[in-house]
Amino acid sequence: MLWETVRLAFRAIIRNKLRSFLTVLGVVIGVAAVIAMVTVGQGSSAQVSANVASLGTNVLVLRPGRQTMGPGPREDAPQFTLRDAEALSDLTVAAAVAPTTTTAATVVFGGANRSTQITGSTAGYLAASNWQLAKGRSFSEAEERGGAAVCIIGETVRQSLFGAGDPVGQAIRVKSVSCTVIGLFSPKGAGSFGQDQDDIVLMPIRAVQKRLEGKDDVERITVALKKSVTAERGTRDIQNLMRDRRRIGIGKDDDFSVTNMAEIASMLTSINSVLTGLLSSVAAVSLLVGGIGIMNIMLVSVTERTREIGIRLAVGATSGQVLTQFLVEAVVLSVLGGVIGIALGLALAYGASQFMTIPFAPQVSVVALAFCFSAFIGVVFGFFPARRAAKLDPIDALRHQ
Amino acid sequence: MTPLIELRNVTRSYGKGEAEVRALDGVNLTIAAGEFVAIMGPSGSGKSTAMNIIGCLDRPSSGQFLFKGAELQGLNNDQRALIRRNYLGFVFQGFNLLPRTTALENVELPLIYKGIAPEARLSVARAALAKVGLQGREGHDPSQLSGGQQQRVAIARALAGNPSVILADEPTGNLDSHRSHEIMLLLQALNRDEGITIVMVTHEMDIAAYANRLVVFTDGLITGDSPVKVAA
Ligand SMILES: Nc1ncnc2c1ncn2[C@@H]1O[C@H](COP(=O)(O)OP(=O)(O)OP(=O)(O)O)[C@@H](O)[C@H]1O
Ligand SMILES: [Mg+2]
Repeated sequence: MLWETVRLAFRAIIRNKLRSFLTVLGVVIGVAAVIAMVTVGQGSSAQVSANVASLGTNVLVLRPGRQTMGPGPREDAPQFTLRDAEALSDLTVAAAVAPTTTTAATVVFGGANRSTQITGSTAGYLAASNWQLAKGRSFSEAEERGGAAVCIIGETVRQSLFGAGDPVGQAIRVKSVSCTVIGLFSPKGAGSFGQDQDDIVLMPIRAVQKRLEGKDDVERITVALKKSVTAERGTRDIQNLMRDRRRIGIGKDDDFSVTNMAEIASMLTSINSVLTGLLSSVAAVSLLVGGIGIMNIMLVSVTERTREIGIRLAVGATSGQVLTQFLVEAVVLSVLGGVIGIALGLALAYGASQFMTIPFAPQVSVVALAFCFSAFIGVVFGFFPARRAAKLDPIDALRHQ
Repeated sequence: MTPLIELRNVTRSYGKGEAEVRALDGVNLTIAAGEFVAIMGPSGSGKSTAMNIIGCLDRPSSGQFLFKGAELQGLNNDQRALIRRNYLGFVFQGFNLLPRTTALENVELPLIYKGIAPEARLSVARAALAKVGLQGREGHDPSQLSGGQQQRVAIARALAGNPSVILADEPTGNLDSHRSHEIMLLLQALNRDEGITIVMVTHEMDIAAYANRLVVFTDGLITGDSPVKVAA
């Protein structure tokens, strides 16, 4: 009997294709939005986790000026020097130290050019920032000390300057400086903010200071801690050393900040999940609106089909059977909408993942939940119209024009 | 023998107080199994109201309605639906077929609610359509059938449930006289050959002439009840 009712519901839906489609459009959009939001959210969470791994978990970043959150000017504080970096690398907690400065520049090779970020640092940068070499070599000590015009480039830069060619050994022009490519990084992909991490040219820091910028600034110092060292202990040792070197009196605040990259990553993860939750609940509201749309059309349908209901009652349908019929119709409609919405949502999420270069992470549990929820919507919003149909008086219904 | 249908001092009023309308004002009527009863009377005299009560679609305001000797006053709506399903067939003036639904599916409708399996249902429905002379039209929509054919489908639908009584409220009201007589011959044959009790409302004397008994309503009362002498 129930199967019979489902079959009848399908017939009624097919008989009115356009109206059925418009009826379920709300549910389709709602389900698609929820699925897309959650799937993209999961993908970007996975991406953030991957970034945490790529940062290396035990990395601290020092910047001059007090720790500030959000916008506002950093207070004036003395810059770091390369000697600070040397002192830090003498600490027992430090595994690698990378004093870093960056500048924007256009790089040119042959007819191709690209505006990119030039990073000046030391060989320690590779260890501290978890970079692998795909080809070539890192800086030698002599190149670092002398600020030689050599560089290691990222995959994105290689592609735009060399196409399919081998960059190692070639000379590219950075601003007005001719610079020999000695290495190529393995690609890392997009970073936590969606930035392209492979859009990089790494030069010895002295080369950037002397040849490109003409000043001795060190913007930040990245310290990779030894595996056995906790972030707390590393931070404390670094703070003590730097306070000493910068002659900060007892009771005075630090004029530099030490940031734990793992903390930032976990903060990003939680921001990400809050955002996902927020967007998903907006999507869920649209699902609710979709349900109300179904109720609306079902009510119209009950009115339109009053005479039909009268006929069914006259030939011996009980009000329960009429109720079941309309309820099943609503559920079949909304489940149909749910299935279409799931397909659409997954397609959207796939497209978005490709666009944002994050992993496509569909989840069976979310899909199953969306399916059940759309059936639930059908029951909830189908019940009121169905009950109205079931409560019709057969004589009135038969007389209805 | 207990009569099939018995109305005892039945009243049915609509509205309250000043605006009260007494559609039935104390009707006594007994119909035995196998009868073919025609009901006539002026418009508004309560014929349809009486049919609705006999059809278990409505309840009397007072008095008793007995079906097969059983008092039906205490039955709830679902129990009434079961009586309609098992014992009654309806034929309406406006045919009342489901639109965009084939003749066969229309006839199957009461069988679905009876819970009869699909294959059995199909053969019963086909047989009913054949009985009203519509073999070969099973797949037609009501919109593809003439009025007379639509009314035949409706009669087949009433027949499919294997009813004791067919209640027909002005079954020929929307048909021309030629089709009307065809339909009446069909009903007459069902009454004569299958022993189905028929209660029919009509405004035309020559239609009423197909019945065996004529009941006349005036202002909610029965004012005439006699055998029909003239055979068609
Ligand atoms: N639902 C209702 N509400 C109020 N009054 C009603 C209702 N149904 C019928 N009546 C009244 O009851 C009286 C009898 O109506 P009924 O339909 O039984 O007449 P009828 O004999 O079938 O007339 P007709 O030949 O025109 O079909 C009429 O006065 C009608 O106005
Ligand atoms: Mg009437």
